Amino acid sequence: MAEYIILGIFLLGSFLVLVAGIGLLRMPDLFLRMSATAKAGTLGTGLMVLGAAIYFNEFAIYTRAIALIAFLFVTAPVAAHMLGRAAYFDGVPLWKGTIQDDLRGHYKVTTHSLEEEIVPEKDQPHVEDEADGFEINE
Amino acid sequence: MIVEILWYVIFSFLAIGFISAFIRLAKGPHLPDRIISLDLISIMAIGFFVAYAVLYDQSSFLDVSIILAIITFLGTVAFAYYLERRV
Repeated sequence: MAEYIILGIFLLGSFLVLVAGIGLLRMPDLFLRMSATAKAGTLGTGLMVLGAAIYFNEFAIYTRAIALIAFLFVTAPVAAHMLGRAAYFDGVPLWKGTIQDDLRGHYKVTTHSLEEEIVPEKDQPHVEDEADGFEINE
Repeated sequence: MIVEILWYVIFSFLAIGFISAFIRLAKGPHLPDRIISLDLISIMAIGFFVAYAVLYDQSSFLDVSIILAIITFLGTVAFAYYLERRV
């Protein structure tokens, strides 16, 4: 019985990892890709670690599994946030179907700070025009 | 029998995820795309190690995945720091 529960958890986890991979491949711009990988990938791997902890059923393994899950769940959003912020400064273009960008014009490139009023044009991140390969159906 | 088939399904899901992440790593129009695909590849490698640990009943593979998780985080943060200082 426990074997099938473990298999179910592993199937769900690997399916979520697969969803993260397909989302990384198919999503149209960087920030959508990042939302697919940071959430689905972390949850899928966390589920697989949980399945391994149930399978081994030892105190030492439970400790390691809890440490690993906690570490993954704390660090993945931090890393994704840092990378998203850096990419926005770098001027990565948004998808052309984006309807709202609250940060547009508020980041000052020279000081790397977030200003309340719109900063002048020369201080804004230089956003490239739509790059190649930006269609959903390539 | 059904258990064996389900393990094949689990590993093929992981493998297809790996392949799509590698395609994005090769294609990725910008540097941040490549960085997130490297990040996802190492998170998938953690899952792969854990699945191998259960399949071959070797609990010491879990230690490898803990080390890999730490290195992945440091690598992504270092890449993000470099990317932000570059502009």
